[in-house]
Amino acid sequence: MLRAENLSMRYFRRTGQANLFYAVKDVDLELCPGEVALLTGRSGSGKTTLLHMLAGLLTPSEGKVWLEDTDLYALPDADLSRLRNRRFGVIPQGRSAVDTLTVLENVLLPQQLRGEKGDVENALRWLDALGIANLRDARPAELSGGELRRMAIARALAGNPDILLADEPTGDLDDENTAAVLSLLRKSAVEEGKAVLLVTHDSEALPYGTRIYRMESGFLRGEDADG
Amino acid sequence: MGTSRLPIKNLLRKPGRTAALVLLTALLAASVFGGSVVVGSLRSGLQSLEARLGADIIVMPAEAESKVSFKNMLLQGTTGAFYMDAAVLDEVRAAQGVQIAAPQTFLASLKADCCAIKVQIIGIDPDVDFTVKPWIDERYAQGLGDMEVAVGCKVTAGVGETLKIYEQYTRVVAKLAETGTGLDTAVYCNMDTMQKLLAAAEAKGVSHKISSGSDVISAVYVKVKDGADVAQVNSWLNGHIRKVTAVRARSMFTDVSDSLSGIARAARALIGAVWALALVILLVAFAMMIHERRREFAVLRLLGVSRRGLRAEILAETALCGLAGALLGVGVAALGVFPFTTLIETKLGLPYLTPDAGTLLALAGGTVLATLLVGLLAGAWAAARLSRTDPGATLREGA
Ligand SMILES: Nc1ncnc2c1ncn2[C@@H]1O[C@H](COP(=O)(O)OP(=O)(O)O)[C@@H](O)[C@H]1O
Ligand SMILES: [Mg+2]
Repeated sequence: MLRAENLSMRYFRRTGQANLFYAVKDVDLELCPGEVALLTGRSGSGKTTLLHMLAGLLTPSEGKVWLEDTDLYALPDADLSRLRNRRFGVIPQGRSAVDTLTVLENVLLPQQLRGEKGDVENALRWLDALGIANLRDARPAELSGGELRRMAIARALAGNPDILLADEPTGDLDDENTAAVLSLLRKSAVEEGKAVLLVTHDSEALPYGTRIYRMESGFLRGEDADG
Repeated sequence: MGTSRLPIKNLLRKPGRTAALVLLTALLAASVFGGSVVVGSLRSGLQSLEARLGADIIVMPAEAESKVSFKNMLLQGTTGAFYMDAAVLDEVRAAQGVQIAAPQTFLASLKADCCAIKVQIIGIDPDVDFTVKPWIDERYAQGLGDMEVAVGCKVTAGVGETLKIYEQYTRVVAKLAETGTGLDTAVYCNMDTMQKLLAAAEAKGVSHKISSGSDVISAVYVKVKDGADVAQVNSWLNGHIRKVTAVRARSMFTDVSDSLSGIARAARALIGAVWALALVILLVAFAMMIHERRREFAVLRLLGVSRRGLRAEILAETALCGLAGALLGVGVAALGVFPFTTLIETKLGLPYLTPDAGTLLALAGGTVLATLLVGLLAGAWAAARLSRTDPGATLREGA
């Protein structure tokens, strides 16, 4: 469904020898419906860069990203934005709350950006599944890092996207919540046929993946789920 | 896409940030509007004075100080009286190039007489007067009769009331439109009434007689014939009529208009500087506000807001801030300028006439529009800078 073709991201950086370096180099990758692809790798190996390029958030210096037979970066901005809104659910690293909106309003935002009223019941179901339904009317400033992260996950899931891209979604969660989030993500893939890419450092995540990749200095290495 | 209510929420739910931007905008709008109103008032004050006089040449007694007191009388409403033989009028009329010569006679009231302050009483000849007569006609077209007076807008007596001047009872038949000059505190009557008032003043010991004992006048306003050279007529009058000074009306006010245009120029420069500063400050303030929120905006992009949608969102916020600030600023400036009109007028010692409602509205509208435009410009600039970066790059920062 989502396919990276020869994808590279080159940055300018003042180093000793070469001023150019590749954060991501010649990556080919396909995400299919119903699969959970785990992406591991050391910090700085290019995982976030790759995820952003796959999400249509960062224009690659070389290569293409295909969604079915649409070349994402050949689309006009308005069309790409619409695709992001309807088909992608992205859980970025770090804070991603709109501070002036309540937790519930944040979760409803992707639907409202489509011009819909937003399905409150559905949103509350996701908040409940993630254990933060009681915070529905709180403002992001009042939330802890783990609560904010779960809000972002609820927001991505409530928009009912085809593709879920999660950048270390369990980084600041306790074990219990980590398990809950990972099984939710796996369920969306296996039961609802979404394509899921999960960037993680967590060894706990390994059992939830259907396929495992490893980034090494910008290069993508495939591994078997059991290896 | 439906982001329409997001700007309002963003503004209302961050009241501190919003208030800071609105107040900053208000401050700039207030200085621009307030300054423009003061300059506009000075300009219309001088215009109204020139229009009221309408004379090319003014002939008055030669006494050295009369020219000064004459000007002060016109500009500030101080009282003054100086006299010359009424025969001067015929001499002026006989001069070549003179089209109309209209006499006026001045008398200062006593303080206790009629009004709270001493006022200048001005006698005119309704048959020939072209200076204040048209102005009186606007309010009282049938002409001033015996013992009837018209009063400037700042004289407290109202139409129909009786005004006691040197124990003589006069009836107020008209109250005149504001000029912003000393003429607003004067009382006008015809020459017959003036002769009676002069006699009454004489009885009270206020002397006005000149040696001969004949009728007196204070000034002759001259309009020259079309094509005649004002300077030539002026010097002829100076050379041929004894004990008078003929002054070109314009030259009498050149120092006033000089200082006025000096003030106007300074004010314009100041307003220009304020605008330039406003532009820079607003640009920086809005840009800082948007820079501080770049992560939030990148999240909106991530959730599917297009570049264009984001620009609309930012412009809506800055426009709303700009509009609120402009309205507040204009309102505050109006409260600061209009109640203190009299104070400004006396402090400046210059004719000061608040422009009419239409002009004020245009000025206010212009200020609001311009402020709004600056806000939009600042928003557009910041939004353009923002949309040059991919949201992915912003989201990485400090994550
Ligand atoms: N805008 C940028 N300019 C220069 N270098 C960058 C930029 N973005 C990322 N990098 C570099 O690219 C590399 C990969 O970054 P990232 O994808 O965030 O790694 P990961 O998510 O695997 O920790 C890092 O070395 C980082 O410093
Ligand atoms: Mg990362």
